[in-house]
Amino acid sequence: MKKTTFTLILAAGLSALLLSACGGSGSSAPSGNSGSTSQADNSSTENASTELYVYNWGEYIDEDVITQFEEETGITVVYDMFETNEEMYPIIEAGAVSYDVVCPSDYMIQKMIENDLLATINFDNVPNIDQIDPAYMEMATAFDPENQYAVPYCWGTVGILYNTKILEELGVEPPTTWADLWDERLSGEILMQDSVRDAFMVALKKDGYSMNSENEEELQIAKQDLIDQKPLVQAYVIDQVRDKMIGGEAAVGVIYSGEMLYIQEEVAELGLDYELEYVLPEEGTNLWLDCWVIPKNAANKENAEKWIDFLCRPEIALANFEYITYPTPNAGAFALLDEELQNNKTVFPDIDSLQNSEVYSYLGDEVDAIYNDLWKEVKSN
Amino acid sequence: MSKKMLAAPYLLWMAGFIIIPLALIVYYGLTDKSGMFTLANVLSIARPEHAKALGLALGLSFVSTVICLLLAYPLAMMLRSRGVGRGSFIVFIFILPMWMNFLLRTLAWQTLLEKSGVINGILSALHLPTQNLINTPGAIVLGMVYNFLPFMVLPIYNVLCKIDDNTIDAAQDLGANFFQTLLRIWLPLSVPGIISGITMVFVPALTTFVISSLLGGSKILLIGNVIEQEFTHGSNWNQGSGLSLVLMIFILLSMALIAKYDQNGEGSTF
Repeated sequence: MKKTTFTLILAAGLSALLLSACGGSGSSAPSGNSGSTSQADNSSTENASTELYVYNWGEYIDEDVITQFEEETGITVVYDMFETNEEMYPIIEAGAVSYDVVCPSDYMIQKMIENDLLATINFDNVPNIDQIDPAYMEMATAFDPENQYAVPYCWGTVGILYNTKILEELGVEPPTTWADLWDERLSGEILMQDSVRDAFMVALKKDGYSMNSENEEELQIAKQDLIDQKPLVQAYVIDQVRDKMIGGEAAVGVIYSGEMLYIQEEVAELGLDYELEYVLPEEGTNLWLDCWVIPKNAANKENAEKWIDFLCRPEIALANFEYITYPTPNAGAFALLDEELQNNKTVFPDIDSLQNSEVYSYLGDEVDAIYNDLWKEVKSN
Repeated sequence: MSKKMLAAPYLLWMAGFIIIPLALIVYYGLTDKSGMFTLANVLSIARPEHAKALGLALGLSFVSTVICLLLAYPLAMMLRSRGVGRGSFIVFIFILPMWMNFLLRTLAWQTLLEKSGVINGILSALHLPTQNLINTPGAIVLGMVYNFLPFMVLPIYNVLCKIDDNTIDAAQDLGANFFQTLLRIWLPLSVPGIISGITMVFVPALTTFVISSLLGGSKILLIGNVIEQEFTHGSNWNQGSGLSLVLMIFILLSMALIAKYDQNGEGSTF
């Protein structure tokens, strides 16, 4: 989910500015137009359109899949990437670039639905939807109640990654709860996620509250907890948790489950003398689901549906899983995996072990702003 | 007419990449989410967490600027006294790192300073106690000094090269010792370069968010980080732009300084 580097932040930040600048000067179609159809054709009939504007997370697809899609359908794919949901949202909202298909997370999809930015998907054009395990369509009803807008792509959990050797040296037993991240013996050995909702999720869950809390009092308590924890934290990072943990920089880190396959392979390959284990904290965690959606202003809606259908094909979903290594909700692809992977509980946890876990929901701009302000207080403390 | 036509690409460039983005920042900075005029975004700099971030950024970039100046001035004097020309090897060595990506160089420092990094590796090989180097204000200052030092050296060096040797000789003939020459000849004559160097270091150090994220572990919030967070995590472009306008005041101040002390453009970097 969050794999790219700071370079992308910079690039995206710059391009966001540039794009909105272009929007200001009156152009409505994205640049890099390579198809033969004119804009007017695009908006009236979509039969002739041979383009597709895709907006996805960084490193979130096997690039051969894009080539294969282009060869098979003759559609030219223009592929852009973002690093956070929050960075993607204003760009879709402003409509300066009309993307045809986007891959946001759960709560952001809810926000986009509420603000009327999404088009319903015509599932007649997506026959492969029956490859998606119904359990995940059910999970998606948390933010898309009637399964009209979103097709699940990847999912996962957030948990604690720990280094067996460092913990042993410190004489600390392996963590089982979020509260273990407040253990003073771990001073300077903790890596936290550098994003508002994920950081607050840890504190809210530790205190037994919902991670979608809108209660000012609960949020204040969570904020105070995070401030208390700050001296113990080595760094707040996003993508670097993975590499820092592999490098043995810290004893524990909060991490997205999807990184685990890569980490386990890497540790084995480097022949390290410690193991990195992943645990789902007892208090419950964030269950996230990234889905493909079609923005309302999409110019090539049918192509977008072709794209989604293509990605739902088991062998394509498998190729993507092998590249991204985040759990796939595609039952067809799951069936193609070897047994060892199917039984890897780190990658594919049992759904019933996730009872305390929740999916982020969109809390509204005002509550979002409160979270942001509280987070800044934590960071500046 | 044809001469005017030649300016067209530049004008387009200015409009597209300077004026329009700036106008957008001013627009977002002075409006709220519904597009109504407000000063709240700009005034939010007074909120404790923002003021603290600004204060910290001012402090760290001030320290970095002073260190850069102390390092750069003697170096520039040495370069000059060796009579090395503009295209010389030493100057070239100094500019060389600037050809490499700024992010990569900062990431390299991360690898050097980490707990299990290169420096601590050497320390522990020598049986010395390992140091906690990364994620401290010191690491951020180091990153700033490292990245921005060339911007201090070059303008000072350029100005020093223009000082006539005869002026120095005259001062020494008249009995001035080294410190008197430094205070009364070198320094006053190199003010344009120093001022230009200070702005070239202070402004980017003040606004940086990458160095503080990478070398400060995001534990130290600078004003640049606040603005970045508003854009990438808060989806609050208005507040981010408002705070950028506040930062722009500092940039305008430094431009005013240049205009005052460097009227002939002597202290230009290149």
